[in-house]
Amino acid sequence: MTISIKFFASLREQLGREDCELEADSVQTVAEAWARATDNAAMPGNTLMALNMEYVDADTPVSDGDEVAFFPSVTGG
Amino acid sequence: MKVEILETDFEPFAEVSRYQNAMQAAGSAAGKFGAAAVFVGSMRDFNEGDTVEQMWLEHYPGMTEKYLQKISREAIERWDLLDSLILHRVGQIHPADAIVLVAVWSAHRAAAFEASRWLMEELKSRAPFWKKEALAEGERWVEKNTSG
Repeated sequence: MTISIKFFASLREQLGREDCELEADSVQTVAEAWARATDNAAMPGNTLMALNMEYVDADTPVSDGDEVAFFPSVTGG
Repeated sequence: MKVEILETDFEPFAEVSRYQNAMQAAGSAAGKFGAAAVFVGSMRDFNEGDTVEQMWLEHYPGMTEKYLQKISREAIERWDLLDSLILHRVGQIHPADAIVLVAVWSAHRAAAFEASRWLMEELKSRAPFWKKEALAEGERWVEKNTSG
């Protein structure tokens, strides 16, 4: 009964962590997952969010088995 | 349609040739396409006025491939393309190395030009890749892509 959290690039370095797991019943939304995983750190303005590898908004609901990712503006190509 | 993330250096024009030959050998597209548009992005040795010695490209394994497949399917549908190929490097990259290849095949040139441009802009604005540059003074993350 867990939700998997991932951080990428500069956000991973700022937070000093790559991933973690949360109890699924402890969070309802992507925003709550951020708050729980980062100990209520302020979210940088350029943060993008994905749920199960699809872009979502902060108020998207999460559930058991989900993978939630947070990362900065993308710079590929 | 093919999408691949590569961890080692690649030769983009050889890859286009190989892919097109395989496409024609398979028979499905032979004689059907009148246009192929190819975009290759390579690493510069300068950015924001500084000399860049090398770079690291990070991605989100799984989501990156999924996103590139999604936009490839959309481009094929929207411009009625015969095929598409996207290759993108990750890992350690040096100046002049190829970073990205986008190639599309269509019956006429307008679709090929437009679809390749659209794919590159979608890739640059939404595909989860991140660049970190190594300068003489240290390392820095690239915060945003140039507008064009």
